[in-house]
Amino acid sequence: MADPGVAVGSFSAPARGRWLVVVARQRELSLVAIMVVLGGLVTLTAPQFLSVANISQVAVLASVIAVAAMGEALVVITRNVDLSVEATMGLVAYAVASLLERHALDTLGALAFGLGLGLVLGMINGVVVTLFKVPAIVATLGTLSIFRGVDYLVAGSHQVPLASLPPGFTDAARDSFFGVPIFVAIALIIMVIGSVILRSTRFGRQLYAVGSNPEAAAILGIPSRLVVFTAFSLCGLLAGVAGILYVMEFGTINGTSATGLVLAVVAAVVVGGVNIFGGSGTLVGALLGALFLGFIANALILIGLSQFWLQAIYGVVILLAVSADAILVRRIQRATAARRVR
Amino acid sequence: MSGTPGNEPPTATHPRAELRGISMRFGATQALDDVSLALLPGEVHALVGENGAGKSTLVKILAGIHQPDSGTIVLDGEPIVIAGPAQARASGIAVVHQEPRLFPDLTVAENVFIGHAPPGRLGTIDWGSTRRAAQALFDQLDVQFDIAAPVRGLSMADQQLIEIAKSLSVDARVLILDEPTASLSAHEVERLFAIVRRLRDRGVSILFVSHRLDEVFDLCDRATVLRDGRHVVTTETSALTTADLVRYMVGRAVSLFPKVETPLGDTLLEVEHLTRAGAFRDVSFSVRAGEIVGLAGLVGAGRTEVARVLFGVDARDAGEIRLGGVPVTFGSPSEAMNGGIAYLPEDRHQEGLVLDFSIAQNVTLPILPRLFPRFLVQSSIERRVAGDNTRQLNVRMTGVDQLVGALSGGNQQKVVLAKWLASKPRVLILDEPTRGIDIGAKVEVHRIISELAASGLGIVLISSDLPEVLAMSDRILVLHEGRITAEIPRDRASEERVMFAATGNVEPIAGGDAVAGALDG
Repeated sequence: MADPGVAVGSFSAPARGRWLVVVARQRELSLVAIMVVLGGLVTLTAPQFLSVANISQVAVLASVIAVAAMGEALVVITRNVDLSVEATMGLVAYAVASLLERHALDTLGALAFGLGLGLVLGMINGVVVTLFKVPAIVATLGTLSIFRGVDYLVAGSHQVPLASLPPGFTDAARDSFFGVPIFVAIALIIMVIGSVILRSTRFGRQLYAVGSNPEAAAILGIPSRLVVFTAFSLCGLLAGVAGILYVMEFGTINGTSATGLVLAVVAAVVVGGVNIFGGSGTLVGALLGALFLGFIANALILIGLSQFWLQAIYGVVILLAVSADAILVRRIQRATAARRVR
Repeated sequence: MSGTPGNEPPTATHPRAELRGISMRFGATQALDDVSLALLPGEVHALVGENGAGKSTLVKILAGIHQPDSGTIVLDGEPIVIAGPAQARASGIAVVHQEPRLFPDLTVAENVFIGHAPPGRLGTIDWGSTRRAAQALFDQLDVQFDIAAPVRGLSMADQQLIEIAKSLSVDARVLILDEPTASLSAHEVERLFAIVRRLRDRGVSILFVSHRLDEVFDLCDRATVLRDGRHVVTTETSALTTADLVRYMVGRAVSLFPKVETPLGDTLLEVEHLTRAGAFRDVSFSVRAGEIVGLAGLVGAGRTEVARVLFGVDARDAGEIRLGGVPVTFGSPSEAMNGGIAYLPEDRHQEGLVLDFSIAQNVTLPILPRLFPRFLVQSSIERRVAGDNTRQLNVRMTGVDQLVGALSGGNQQKVVLAKWLASKPRVLILDEPTRGIDIGAKVEVHRIISELAASGLGIVLISSDLPEVLAMSDRILVLHEGRITAEIPRDRASEERVMFAATGNVEPIAGGDAVAGALDG
């Protein structure tokens, strides 16, 4: 899937500017390249890194983050951010687990409820940002706290144990679909559908336009607020999907489930090349970003480093990705400007 | 004014500040070309010229914001380099901008002494003496101020006075006022002038940049006129008439593609008594099919604001807009677009284009819902539409997939035009369509505009480029401070007449010939 956001143009840059442009346009490829190199290094000390079992486990775990990260990417492309994804995941996860435990709904019903709940929570974010004009970072920090608070209230000290969930439900995490683990298949399907939407629909085009140049979007008569609202709603829906995957994966769910995941989600998005200032980025990138973070977490375990490093490393990765982006953008602008002036 | 000031005021011996042979180039534009100017102690010196004449660049060089490509700046006989705003201030040069740059949440006294507050013990700021010193400055200016109040909420005029007090606090000997009266009431202007005269009498050299010629005569001792970045004349204002000054200002040399004569059709757009508070008042005009109506005026006269209301970006406070005889109210640009109006904005980077998008994606952006009613964008159709529209305009590109950011300014402007033409408008509003593009592309844009009019579009052409307005327009409306001061038909239009009206001289329609005669004489 080549870069749906930005048409891959015949960019007639001089040689020096050209490789920069190529790197910038092919962020996804560079990420893959980095993963291959890192993977090679880790394999030297821990050969089991490359085993099918290990890789598929990494991919399954990364899929949960990837699904949430793809939703986050939609929001970030519009120059906003959703910090409440982890609370949405947590609340949906507890709601679904609890409904199944109490046999209040059958499996399909519980899944539908989970998706609907995610969508509604996303719509709440969308309303607060577009209608009440609260800056997204503040609005979603607020809803992060609210959604998590509701989660605590509903759950109390109760924990849904793995054993009380339908066995078929949690086993699905280990199932595969034509050889592809089902979690990975779900993430890939979402990526394909989402990429088509971003690449080939009016909504997708408007999403990038709003993030890239809000003033132009306003002059062009693009319904910016509707576009941003939709992005938040879809982000909530995908966080709901991620919440359901979280239940299937871990089984044991309480009021604090999924706490702290927002760092990984946002890290996946920016590492995947989605511009934190909006306007560009792809779902492939977000997916690969999640995979990259999963690899790092896995590599830490294999080479025997403490898991406590993980948070710090995620933070470093975010800063590196964003600084690299800023430097790259500046260089490209300089190269392009030099070409335009006669 | 290089060298021989034959008519200096008797008080002056040596210039306080001098610019000698200053040149400065931005890309393809020669903003200043060998300009010399001398500011004497105790004079108010007017700097006048059309939009783009180079006034702002000159001010920015004195303020240390730009470094000239060549030429020297001499202060009190010593050549100096003004490397930055801090050094300008240290050299005793202070600038009061049209829009004061103050910190709204700090108090008046804090703003006056920001960066150089009287030090107290242990490196702290001595707020007591800061307040006393600020009070003393306003006493000198003879104005009353609550110096402990925050700046937020103060009027533009009061904020300018704070800027002036700030310049006094660093003992500025050269004070530059950059269009200080643009947003002041008559009473506030009087107060400002009284203060400026008082400063002048104390020996401060004042450079007064203004679009209002009556103020130049009222306040200034001498005036320097710039045109196209060149120095035209420096002379005493007492030896000048308004007509002289206007004649010095106009007369830019530009090669042009004049409008082709077209029979005019039905009236497409009628605007009656259109008013938006704070922007423009009582604007009425109409545009017929095939007609180009020029909107002339100086920067800030309200031309763009009129366009934004017509296009539904801003709301009107009063008045009526009729399109094809039917009263319309556009709540948003998309409604205006569906009604048949297109607007090519002044700033194509900010408002016109999405630079991250390809040419094709930019062209179809405003018409996506019309082009693809079923939600899915088909790139074959998109490329065909973009190809048709860009070929017609002769955009030089490697293909419609090329990124817009990689095009030259002229070609970007053509893509903006193509974009709006794809929406099939009946009335096209062009806001500075040729600003910042090279001469070849300019002629081509003129040809395109002329062809569009010939094809039956009604066109409103907003431009600060007088020869362009004169060559392209069937009729010229001149705005001055939000009001129409003249409506000049093509055969009677001259640069002098337009500039006369643009500087606020209301031309009596009946007596127009008399004025024109005076100007021609």
